[in-house]
Amino acid sequence: MAYQFFAALVLLVSTAYVVGHRRALSVAAGRLHDLHSLPAYHGLFSAIGVFVPMLAVFVLGAPLVNWMAQSAALGNFDAAIQADPLQRSVILRDAVSLAKGQFGGDASPELQQAAADFKSVLANGNWAVLGLSIAAGLAALAAAFGTIKVPFRARKHVERFTKIVLGACAVVAVLTTIGIVFSVAFETYRFFFDPAIKGKPSVTSFLFGLEWNPQAAMRADQGAISTAYGFVPLLVGSLLITFIAICVAGPLGLFSAIFLSEYASQKVRAIAKPILEILAGIPTVVLGFFAALTVAPLIRGLGEAYGLNVASESALAAGLVMGMMIIPFISSLSDDVITAVPQSMRDGSYALGATKSETIRQVLLPAALPGIVSAFMLAISRAIGETMIVVMAAGLAANLTLNPLEAVTTITVQIKTILVGDQEFDSAKTLAAFALGFVLFFVTLLLNYIALRIVRKYREQYD
Amino acid sequence: MDMSAATRMEAERSAPVTAQGLPAKVVARDVNVFYGEKHALKHVDVDIPDRGVTAFIGPSGCGKSTFLRCINRMNDTIASCKVTGKITIDNRDIYDPSLDVVQLRARVGMVFQKPNPFPKSIFDNVAYGPKIHGLARTKSELEAIVTASLEKAGLWSEVKDRLGDSGTGLSGGQQQRLCIARAIAVNPDVILMDEPCSALDPIATAKVETLIDELRANYCIIIVTHSMQQAARVSQRTAFFHLGTLVEEGPTERIFSTPRDQRTQDYITGRTG
Ligand SMILES: Nc1ncnc2c1ncn2[C@@H]1O[C@H](COP(=O)(O)OP(=O)(O)OP(=O)(O)O)[C@@H](O)[C@H]1O
Ligand SMILES: [Mg+2]
Repeated sequence: MAYQFFAALVLLVSTAYVVGHRRALSVAAGRLHDLHSLPAYHGLFSAIGVFVPMLAVFVLGAPLVNWMAQSAALGNFDAAIQADPLQRSVILRDAVSLAKGQFGGDASPELQQAAADFKSVLANGNWAVLGLSIAAGLAALAAAFGTIKVPFRARKHVERFTKIVLGACAVVAVLTTIGIVFSVAFETYRFFFDPAIKGKPSVTSFLFGLEWNPQAAMRADQGAISTAYGFVPLLVGSLLITFIAICVAGPLGLFSAIFLSEYASQKVRAIAKPILEILAGIPTVVLGFFAALTVAPLIRGLGEAYGLNVASESALAAGLVMGMMIIPFISSLSDDVITAVPQSMRDGSYALGATKSETIRQVLLPAALPGIVSAFMLAISRAIGETMIVVMAAGLAANLTLNPLEAVTTITVQIKTILVGDQEFDSAKTLAAFALGFVLFFVTLLLNYIALRIVRKYREQYD
Repeated sequence: MDMSAATRMEAERSAPVTAQGLPAKVVARDVNVFYGEKHALKHVDVDIPDRGVTAFIGPSGCGKSTFLRCINRMNDTIASCKVTGKITIDNRDIYDPSLDVVQLRARVGMVFQKPNPFPKSIFDNVAYGPKIHGLARTKSELEAIVTASLEKAGLWSEVKDRLGDSGTGLSGGQQQRLCIARAIAVNPDVILMDEPCSALDPIATAKVETLIDELRANYCIIIVTHSMQQAARVSQRTAFFHLGTLVEEGPTERIFSTPRDQRTQDYITGRTG
């Protein structure tokens, strides 16, 4: 049914465009200047006029037909059975598969009747929807045909439709964000407050607990031992690794951006910038095993040479490689914003006898600050949200430590660990992942807010 | 500015003089400028007197800005640009490799066609030059320099209550005077102005012109302008450029009343442009 519908839709809409276009030409009768809107706008107007009612009939009609078919199928059973949601869904599932000829077992006569009813109602309904939508399309086309006159303002209508479509896209994007936040917030609420969930921590013990050990809850006989949902070690782990990463990527990225934008010749820049950007394209899995197999042993070897005790999976290894990963975010964006500072600022500074580095420090960087801060924020968000590198290089042990040579774990790694494999959706352990996600979201939000404040305070706006 | 005072004295001892007997500040001999292959400025010889305003006029693309930018070596920032010949300021060759460009630019200020205040506060805009050259040892010295520069630029009364506001928030004319104040703040000998009024309305232009008139007693000012009237109003000497050559140079009244060259005559009477 859907295929026929879309074929009809494409056919009618394109016909409508051509008809509208032709009609505009013919009402203009050779005097194109008199037309209020160009013929193409009349074509678009007709096409939109056909598209909207056809789609509306389908979008409303198809679910309606489906619902009617289900009711018809259920009508063959007792009211008591219909009232029980579990039996209802079983019957419906069986009837549908029987109707499709995929039913395995022996079907009772009622079920067979239900399947037949379902099938016939669905088929008739679908044809009705198809016919109705085509009729609506044709009627709209006829109406559009009649509307097209020389002074008709087709352009205005097309513009308005464009605006509505764009607005709808924006609304979808915003609603999706809100939806995600709410669903995570809801599961988080359940984690903390749903009485049906066993072994859950209190809010304070989650936020301030110093021990993280959700694994113990896996088997009932272990449940009592030492399940702990203390969030602090994860937060510290995330922040520690992010801090190391920024210590690596901040100076390297910013300085290479300054070099590229102010010192490098056009040629060097043309080669170096794309190479830096390739770094951003390396999949994090690859970076992860690079961290685990190359960097971590290297650090351990180095550490041992100096008599230090380095874990084979360390925050330092993960942080260093993550720093490499986010260099291009900082360098590429910073380079763009520094280059975008108008040449007149540089000229003004040089003409006063400032050297290159004075100009960069005192004029260019302040003027580019908002962009540079957003580059850093983007990089930090990426680092905090990064999972793969940390899984491979930093380990899973939730140590509460600030020592970069020890293994740590992060919020993202724990979310991944909890949700990989089989799990029930109403155990405390699973829901803990949502709580972690929720807090992670807040941490990033907080960082963004701080960055915004910094930018507001120190921004130097050129026009 | 001990250094500039010393050079000034030395300059007065063996001062070259212009044809009219004025002491010459900037002297150019056989200056050529190339942008890659393009010969933009050809064999320019000129003596520019100390104290006073010299106007550069000429049709678009004739090399006025190019020559102006030679005098503070701003052309150094353009990779393809090559300058030959000799330019001296107070008898010192400014293309001498031993000369420090930073010091040269501190002595030769520049004001651009489009006002380009830094996106900093009004105070910091003016304090920028003195700070990088270490002209003020204390905060109060710096404040004194800023105040004096803004006063000289005729902007003080308009901005004295909002020195902390952004320089980019001023009107176009105020911005241009801020840029002049910024240039004055490093205590230059020479001020170069490249069409300083072309982005301004007549009232702001009049203010800037009045300012130039006041400054000429203490500085050697060179101004590029497309307005013949402006050249006549503010300058004492005028140089006419055409297709990369300096056609003629002399007292402003003489250039405008009895030009010696046909090209000058055509340009000032509006027959070429
Ligand atoms: N950066 C540059 N690269 C290449 N050629 C340039 C450059 N700057 C100027 N030129 C060329 O040098 C010549 C002189 O330019 P200049 O800017 O000095 O002219 P101008 O007299 O100031 O003109 P206008 O009155 O329009 O400002 C022009 O032909 C111009 O095309
Ligand atoms: Mg110019």
